[in-house]
Amino acid sequence: MARPVIPIQLRNEPENNLPPDQSATVADVLHRLKGVPGALLPILHGVQDALGYVPPDAVHLIAVALNISRAEVHGVISFYHHFRSKPVARHMLYVCRAEACQSMGAVALEAHAKKILGIDFHESTADGAITLEPVYCLGNCACSPAVMLDQELHGRMTVEKFDSLIRATRQTA
Amino acid sequence: MSITSNSIRVYVPRDASALSLGAEQTAKAIAAEAAHLAVEIQIVRNGSRGLFWLEPMVEIETPEGRVAYGPVQASDVASLFAADFLHGGNHDLSLGLTEEIPYLKRQQRLTFARVGITDPVSVEDYGAHGGFRGLAAALKISSADIVQQVTDSGLRGRGGAAFPAGIKWKTVFGAPAEQKYIVCNADEGDSGTYADRMIMEGDPLVLIEGMIIAGIAVGATQGYIYLRSEYPQAFRALNEAILAAKNAGYLGTGICGSVHDFELEVRLGAGAYICGEETSLLESLEGKRGQVRFKPPLPALKGLFGKPTAVNNVITLASVPIILDKGAEFYRDFGMGRSRGTLPFQLAGNLKHAGLVECAFGLTLREVLYDFGGGSATGKPIRAVQVGGPLGAYMPESQFDTPLDYEALAAVGAMLGHGGIVAFDDSVDMAQQARYAMEFCAIESCGKCTPCRIGSIRGVEVIDRIVADQDHAKNIALLRDLCDTLLAGSLCALGGMVPFPVTSALNHFAEDFEPRALRAAS
Repeated sequence: MARPVIPIQLRNEPENNLPPDQSATVADVLHRLKGVPGALLPILHGVQDALGYVPPDAVHLIAVALNISRAEVHGVISFYHHFRSKPVARHMLYVCRAEACQSMGAVALEAHAKKILGIDFHESTADGAITLEPVYCLGNCACSPAVMLDQELHGRMTVEKFDSLIRATRQTA
Repeated sequence: MSITSNSIRVYVPRDASALSLGAEQTAKAIAAEAAHLAVEIQIVRNGSRGLFWLEPMVEIETPEGRVAYGPVQASDVASLFAADFLHGGNHDLSLGLTEEIPYLKRQQRLTFARVGITDPVSVEDYGAHGGFRGLAAALKISSADIVQQVTDSGLRGRGGAAFPAGIKWKTVFGAPAEQKYIVCNADEGDSGTYADRMIMEGDPLVLIEGMIIAGIAVGATQGYIYLRSEYPQAFRALNEAILAAKNAGYLGTGICGSVHDFELEVRLGAGAYICGEETSLLESLEGKRGQVRFKPPLPALKGLFGKPTAVNNVITLASVPIILDKGAEFYRDFGMGRSRGTLPFQLAGNLKHAGLVECAFGLTLREVLYDFGGGSATGKPIRAVQVGGPLGAYMPESQFDTPLDYEALAAVGAMLGHGGIVAFDDSVDMAQQARYAMEFCAIESCGKCTPCRIGSIRGVEVIDRIVADQDHAKNIALLRDLCDTLLAGSLCALGGMVPFPVTSALNHFAEDFEPRALRAAS
């Protein structure tokens, strides 16, 4: 990319408020990935995979490393549903809301999930076990309805299967 | 597990859908039982054959051919060993010879020829089943001839837009530049579609081979696979396959001892449906918000990082090796009209036998739904079918005899798209489906065009007013007017096509939008 390198003036730049361990993680991700073409998404994935979210205090570190503005980094984080700026629970539970799952009862499953967990989408259970997120297709459309727990896909969900999945999940760290 | 030539091969899929039904536990149970009985077996984690009501489907290699059992849960494993399934013994879950299962036998598997058959990440297995023959053929002819072959085959973009692949390649080929790119659009976000995922998990090397051939054809040395983050299993399989291909000399500098170089990398998306639109995908690959670009310039001339770029769907690229191997004519002989070759139809939603059906274009929707799909899973009548993803039209029973080809569907106001077919039984409320289409558009709009960004939110509100009986006739007219605005005033297919599910629901299922009093009376 023929982008002229104009160092950003760090006027009134906030202190690095990240805890040292998070700061070291972000620095490591930046060191590994800042040179790849189109580095911002790989960097955000790297940070979120390691920390569970992209801390707002990491934004300026990323911006400085890529020589782009904090607004650009924030704009990218907020554009994509996958990236989050808040810590999440120990497990991510994605419930598919798309058409194939709807045809097999996803609307009722979604309502059941919210009721049983006592939370809405984008929220975490009080015990810190599960964060509930909507997802628009998991590619498991021949085995609807589908949910994904962390990176594990579950098909042909029923209320009973859902409840036992939740029970098992709550027992794991 | 020791592997010797005379140990029995047992196939248990590593496909995400099979895993979602317990394939991992099944594989572990088989390994444990074999160890317990001191039987020597070799477990191969293959792709799925796409018969999802039978997954996890376990296959055994026998002298007569592969024998299938399914659906096999971990709890069935002990009884399978007791029935001597390792030698094709009879059991309640016996399905006979895999190749003789009618659902499979009636298909014409070209792109999916190896899926479910080979070890997806084994270069040796791939080569033993006809892999890399397309590349070998491509290395013997000029770049221009490769482009010509693809053009002559009639292959059109399988992502949904159906643009002729050869013409796109010719544009990139003719654009002078020091750096060009091949970008594989693996952001398969349409509900009801999973063919890309099955290829990437079940035969990733065919996609890699297709991308290498594309690179040689247009003069590109770098490829990117833009994969949606919802596909972690595909991410693992692709990376394993890329590493294996690299180690075998198929990627890197001097591919197979030729003068051609090609590097390949998988990049993850981040949960944005719009990034399946090619210009938005390129923005995302560059590390930006996935906002749609104006065209022109075409990505073929000014694409990734401003360089000439061929952006093709997974199935398009995965269909290239067989075209180069068997010739353009072989491929073109399948299909009808201007839709040449085969399409992997993906049967999804409320169907008894949901699964992957690769056939030549021209089957009717009814054949697919009933002859393959076996009717609805719930046993109720199929009332509506959405073809082509969330932006595809809802088709009523009266249109089920439409042949599945690009032009025939367009003629009835529908679209084939990526070949996803989602069936709904008669419990569906089409006003709610229309509302969902608008809601989805509001959630996934990139925000660039006002009709899409704001019109979709207004669309949800208007439909809510219609079903709440507020100014019924006026609001129906307003909804149609809004759909016109979206259709005409959006840069890309998201805003431009969300009117399809909405107006098709209005046109074919008007009774679901009627005032509540009338609905209650009927």
